Amino acid sequence: MLGGTNLSNKQHITIKGVKDGLLFLLDDECQLDVLISELKYKIEKTHQQLLSGPLIHVHIRLGKRELTDGQVEQLTEIIRQQGNLIIKSIENDLPIKDKPHSQMKIVTSIVRSGQIIEADEDILLIGDVHSGGVIRCGGDAYILGALHGQVFAGQANRREAIVVASLLSPSLIVIDDVHWNTEEPRSSDGIMEFASIIDDGIHIDKLSSLHHHNRLPIMMKGV
Amino acid sequence: MGESIVITSGKGGVGKTTTTANIGTALALLGKKVVLVDTDIGLRNLDVVLGLENRIIYDLVDVVEMRCRVEQAIIKDKRFDELYVLPAAQTKDKDSINPAQLAKIITELKQTHDYVIIDCPAGIEQGFRNAIAGADRAIVVTTPETAAVRDADRVIGLLEQNKISAKLVVNRIRPSMAKSGEILDVNDICQVLAIDLLGIVPDDDRVIAGSNQGEPVALNPAYPSGMAYRNIARRMLGDMVPLMVIDKKPGAMQKIRKLFGIG
Repeated sequence: MLGGTNLSNKQHITIKGVKDGLLFLLDDECQLDVLISELKYKIEKTHQQLLSGPLIHVHIRLGKRELTDGQVEQLTEIIRQQGNLIIKSIENDLPIKDKPHSQMKIVTSIVRSGQIIEADEDILLIGDVHSGGVIRCGGDAYILGALHGQVFAGQANRREAIVVASLLSPSLIVIDDVHWNTEEPRSSDGIMEFASIIDDGIHIDKLSSLHHHNRLPIMMKGV
Repeated sequence: MGESIVITSGKGGVGKTTTTANIGTALALLGKKVVLVDTDIGLRNLDVVLGLENRIIYDLVDVVEMRCRVEQAIIKDKRFDELYVLPAAQTKDKDSINPAQLAKIITELKQTHDYVIIDCPAGIEQGFRNAIAGADRAIVVTTPETAAVRDADRVIGLLEQNKISAKLVVNRIRPSMAKSGEILDVNDICQVLAIDLLGIVPDDDRVIAGSNQGEPVALNPAYPSGMAYRNIARRMLGDMVPLMVIDKKPGAMQKIRKLFGIG
């Protein structure tokens, strides 16, 4: 029973003074509601001498805990009760998530009818997608070949995702949740084109005009 | 040790059984020892196309269930030195055998024959899985229709997954329709499917007549369709045979015959 008593007595919040204010180190192993009640207690009951007076900047470190927007709001609400505390930053030590375009699955294959190729991020397919074949990816789909099948791009809520193909002649393109299929006859030939969302609709354009969209800007070397 | 080749298509009615019978016939005429295996259990008709229906005693399922040995079940076609058929059962269905059982029989037949040609049922279910189990290579049959080409594409994908390389036979070509763009051109089909072409067979009423009479057209080299099957067999043996020119102009004699309605 000794261990239990120890646990309940354990401090989950450490408050440190740093150069530009206070640092709140929150334990990342205990329950969130334990943390919240302790935070409330500390703000309202103890540390009064620290937490009153002139404006103080507060930095919150969450450790390895991941919080939803609502939970962050809950924490900031408690700290804001104390008028003189201003939250400057809330950070955790989780590894930074991959930014868009940081990962690309490269596949060399023909995607035949009934076959499906999936990737969490961007996909580069070297080969054709036949009618009835399916590409599904979280980000962009680049197809070095003829696209006759279906593509579901930007499935990781990436509305800015694009679908590029050497021959863009799909039976269906879906970017995020916007659908487009080629029922109407098209004026263009489909060679070196891309699809993207513009004004809640899918827009097809020549690949040569993609740089106007200023995606993935790069600095060219040379003068 | 021979080679096993599955003849498949996905779609039904494109000419798998006819192609099996004719390629088998053509290979046998070239002096090879050939056995044709009908895996279309429940809907057998390879025996009918070859005119051997009345000679069936045992069938594939009898072999699988060990009611007889494989040598007892195969029927010899008396027109040739070495052409045999292992008929499918008619009173069972595709689920009465499994891929491992068929693969064992095919391996056994390969020991004693140059070519084991497996006639696959339509579809991609159990019957298809059985048929491809023992196959070293595949011949995919299609016709110049979008639906047949789409199914062929699906089947090629499944064959590739099973590490079986496939070659294409385009059956029932009608040059006049291809010219006017009403049906797909052979080049278009090859481009779409992205596999090697083994041969093309012109649409010919005599193929149907031959199937009804139990006389495969490959027996008669005077017919373009018969010659087409012989060419396919020669290509399988490694000969370089140019593709047949199908859309030749009708000769003067044919024109006159047509005029009198006897062409």
